[in-house]
Amino acid sequence: MKSNYLIAVVAVLTLLVASTAHAQSKSAEDRATAVMKASFKERGQAKLDRLDQDKAMALCTKYALTPIPKNLAKEIEAENLKTIPFPKDGKYLGDWKAGERIAQSGVGRQFSDNPANPSGGNCYACHKLDPKELSYGTIGVSLYQFGKIRSYSPEIAKYAYGKIYNAQAYSACSNMPRFGHNQTLTETQIKDLVALLMDPESPVNK
Amino acid sequence: MNHTLIGFLCVAPATIAVALTLSMIGLADAQTPAPAKSVAIAPAVKKAPAAAASAASSNATVRAIEKYREALADGNPADLWEARGEGIWKQKRGPKNMTLEKCDLGLGEGVVKGAYAQLPKYFGDTDKVEDLESRLVTCMVLLQGFSYEQARRAPFGSPDNKPAMEALVAYVTANSRGVKMNVSLKHPKEKEAFEIGKKIFFHRGGPHDFSCATCHAQDNIRIRLQDLPNLTKQEPAQRAYTAWPAYRVSQGELRSFQWRLFDCFRQQRFPELEFTSQGSVALTTYLARNANGGVFSAPSIKR
Repeated sequence: MKSNYLIAVVAVLTLLVASTAHAQSKSAEDRATAVMKASFKERGQAKLDRLDQDKAMALCTKYALTPIPKNLAKEIEAENLKTIPFPKDGKYLGDWKAGERIAQSGVGRQFSDNPANPSGGNCYACHKLDPKELSYGTIGVSLYQFGKIRSYSPEIAKYAYGKIYNAQAYSACSNMPRFGHNQTLTETQIKDLVALLMDPESPVNK
Repeated sequence: MNHTLIGFLCVAPATIAVALTLSMIGLADAQTPAPAKSVAIAPAVKKAPAAAASAASSNATVRAIEKYREALADGNPADLWEARGEGIWKQKRGPKNMTLEKCDLGLGEGVVKGAYAQLPKYFGDTDKVEDLESRLVTCMVLLQGFSYEQARRAPFGSPDNKPAMEALVAYVTANSRGVKMNVSLKHPKEKEAFEIGKKIFFHRGGPHDFSCATCHAQDNIRIRLQDLPNLTKQEPAQRAYTAWPAYRVSQGELRSFQWRLFDCFRQQRFPELEFTSQGSVALTTYLARNANGGVFSAPSIKR
């Protein structure tokens, strides 16, 4: 009888401690967010809403240090896939030469940029593409011989278009920006980049 | 997107000359790449080297880059900022016509030697965690009688603005050269600043979905040719943090750590990080603490 009573007391205390700890961590989270929001000010095109997160980014932040659970990753991918308006004309390849210029340009979306000018994709910042360009980054995989290796099929072209438009649709919490989804690049620009990757004449496939 | 926390190029020997040339004339800057010029240089080298160079050749590269750095460091213009900063520190200024010689940077009134290596820290008089820049603002307000706005105005140098702040930062930080980083998290507000800073570091947002961690939480990656330090790990965090502030050759200015964060967030496509804001101090606390034990060696010189 006495021991039952003791167990009950311990259980209640444990619950109390656990819920207090949870409330504390929740309020710490809110406080961190509040401090962050109070520490930035809008400038040029960069308004304070840039600190806000959609569901995908909130989850990717939450799981920044641990692998994201598979079901959540699938959810992010499915929801982002739905956002991609694939070209109505069914054509994915534009002009690879224009694509190369977009891949080189890191201009756009910074508060120091004029929003009236078109943005670049800055692909070389993270990826190897044309092997003649030695100044390429390694945050992303090498895209050298992208089409030659994977085949010049319409399916691969469609995948490349979708990946550039919304990378979260294919790989949840990828580091890659969602260039179409977040309105950094236009449909024409993305097609030019797909051509850089998929045109047999592109230096990427030489 | 030029993350330059360590101005440290790591490329295979075949590209070293190109890399150094790019670096010296500022083309390795990924944010404003100059395709025509870099492509024009490229054909001189026959084949792009594999990303994973052998240990031996990468050591040779590291040695060559170290030599380049030593050559740069011989006559670092940061000396000019340090000398001017010492003058400003000892000059009677502000409505109260006082010097900063009674400013407590954490080791007692007027102690400059080694002070930067234990910042940011909690200060009882303001009941806040302060980094060097925010502490200097506090001293300018409390000792010299400047308004808070005056003390924080236009803190980053440009051709027509040579702020006292960057000179003071150069002077104070130079007095921690050779001192080991020793940032405390004993006070609850220091611990809280560290945790908030960590949250900011991993917060993904903006039109590119970037966080600090996008570029600075992995080993052995680079943006364009610029190596990116993993700031979540002690050794690379030490190397990166202890090399700021820095005289930037391409800008002709001495850049403080507050400037480093300000410009990273610009490239992250975030709004403007406010100078000495609580978030900026929190993030600095996170990064400085990760660098604990590293020997401070700035102001340095970078491309």
